Amino acid sequence: MREELLTIIERNSRIDLKELAVILGAEEIDVVNELQALEDEGIICGYHTMIDWEKTSIEKVSALIEVRVTPQRGQGFDNIAERIYKYPEVTSVYLISGGYDLLVSLEGKSLKEISGFVSDKLSTLESVLSTATHFILKKYKDHGTILAKKYEDTREKVTP
Amino acid sequence: MKDMLSKQAVSLKPSGIRKFFDLVSEMDDAISLGVGEPDFDTPWHIRDEGIYSLEKGRTFYTSNAGLKELKEEICKYTERKQGVKYDPAHEVLVTVGGSEAIDIGMRAVLNPGDEVLIPQPSFVSYEPCAIMAGGVPVIIELKAENEFRLTAKELEDAITDKTKLLVLPFPNNPTGAIMERKDLEEIAAVIRKHDILVMSDEIYAELTYKEKHVSITEIEGMQERTILINGFSKAFAMTGWRLGYACGPRPILEQMLKLHQFAIMCAPTTSQYAAVEALKNGDDDVAEMRTAYNQRRRYLMNAFREMKLECFEPFGAFYIFPCIKEFGMSSEEFAERLLAEEKVAVVPGTAFGDCGEGFLRISYAYSLDNLKLAIGKMEAFIERVRQHEKKLECS
Repeated sequence: MREELLTIIERNSRIDLKELAVILGAEEIDVVNELQALEDEGIICGYHTMIDWEKTSIEKVSALIEVRVTPQRGQGFDNIAERIYKYPEVTSVYLISGGYDLLVSLEGKSLKEISGFVSDKLSTLESVLSTATHFILKKYKDHGTILAKKYEDTREKVTP
Repeated sequence: MKDMLSKQAVSLKPSGIRKFFDLVSEMDDAISLGVGEPDFDTPWHIRDEGIYSLEKGRTFYTSNAGLKELKEEICKYTERKQGVKYDPAHEVLVTVGGSEAIDIGMRAVLNPGDEVLIPQPSFVSYEPCAIMAGGVPVIIELKAENEFRLTAKELEDAITDKTKLLVLPFPNNPTGAIMERKDLEEIAAVIRKHDILVMSDEIYAELTYKEKHVSITEIEGMQERTILINGFSKAFAMTGWRLGYACGPRPILEQMLKLHQFAIMCAPTTSQYAAVEALKNGDDDVAEMRTAYNQRRRYLMNAFREMKLECFEPFGAFYIFPCIKEFGMSSEEFAERLLAEEKVAVVPGTAFGDCGEGFLRISYAYSLDNLKLAIGKMEAFIERVRQHEKKLECS
């Protein structure tokens, strides 16, 4: 049940517990226990809401920043990653294989705020060798959800 | 002009679905549960392969029986899924949907007067195809108490000296019924005893929710007397690509190929290239869609239980077949009123044979949200009818 349960709530964490039990073909109490276990084990780490900020009047700018760093002896990348992810405006930090080391995503109110963060805070960190900032112009798909287009049922209404 | 039309063609009853389709089409805001095709788009990697084949200019006929590579993949797939081997060079034919395979399969084996056993409720094409091929359809009425499976006794009782072919439509549209191994072994004994052929339409083979689908060709002595029909529409959500196939004994396939060659030339080339990709890399997509259908199936079963609507649990395809006899209306009446009063479209069971009377086909090839909306309306309708009946009883 675990994989199916996770797949469902990854898409819809607000699903009603009773309904969740029905579609999994399980008892409600077993689903509740499994959810609790998944939270305790840190497998479920949060329940978030997907928001298309573009459609609001609130100004938001997001960017992806490639960061090349010098790994530290005994620490690898963990130390520098921690120094970066502690900034609240940083929304995610990944260690990446390939041409650079860390991929940092960032959310701010304006271009200026983001460029300020990069030039003042990120680039000045001792082990940061270089950064490349990519501003996000449009989100087509996020977390498996297509934002650009609404689903439309174009099938004939009755077919054999 | 006198006698312009074929008497045989004129004698065919128009599909019961058609009438309902016209009713629903007039209504813009109807919520439909009447669709017989997946709601998923064809997985992107499969579509992409089709697009790529166009870009490369692969826009010509393929050989009549289909692309060599596709026929080989079909044989690998059939062996992987069912452990049954076919020779790609002589025992496989790629067709325009499973529907074409039904048509030419009948025409390849039937002589005038040959009886064709057709269990119903079932897909709408078997009976007219049998008639147009010169056969005489003999209907076996499947029963709710057997969960709409075909029993050895029902089969035995329907066989005469003239019986040539049995159509085996499982997993079943419209009932969602399946045949498990023991069921198939029982009917296989009768089939072997009377030495008849089988046309096994296994288009929904990938969509079963109990155990893995068992093909009749897996049962001893059956492969050599069976035309196996399958296709890409339901498993890979590829209905519009119009691509299916038949596997079977070489002598039968040779005749089918001839008919196919004269009527069709070859199945659509773009679709064939896409299908190769589906068979090579599509197993995960199928599993994902199967899981989603199963969740919806459970949701509907539970909703019907709560509504106290009589319904056997279906384990195949994407249909549920509840009984509405308690309301004292015909299936058609019920479906028409449900559409008029709640704007929910379902298909009356009678569209799939007279013995579908008293039942409705409800498709769960819809998102859960859509199902919830429709079921809520259906529940309101049922409540109203029940209340009305109670009032009549009291007065």
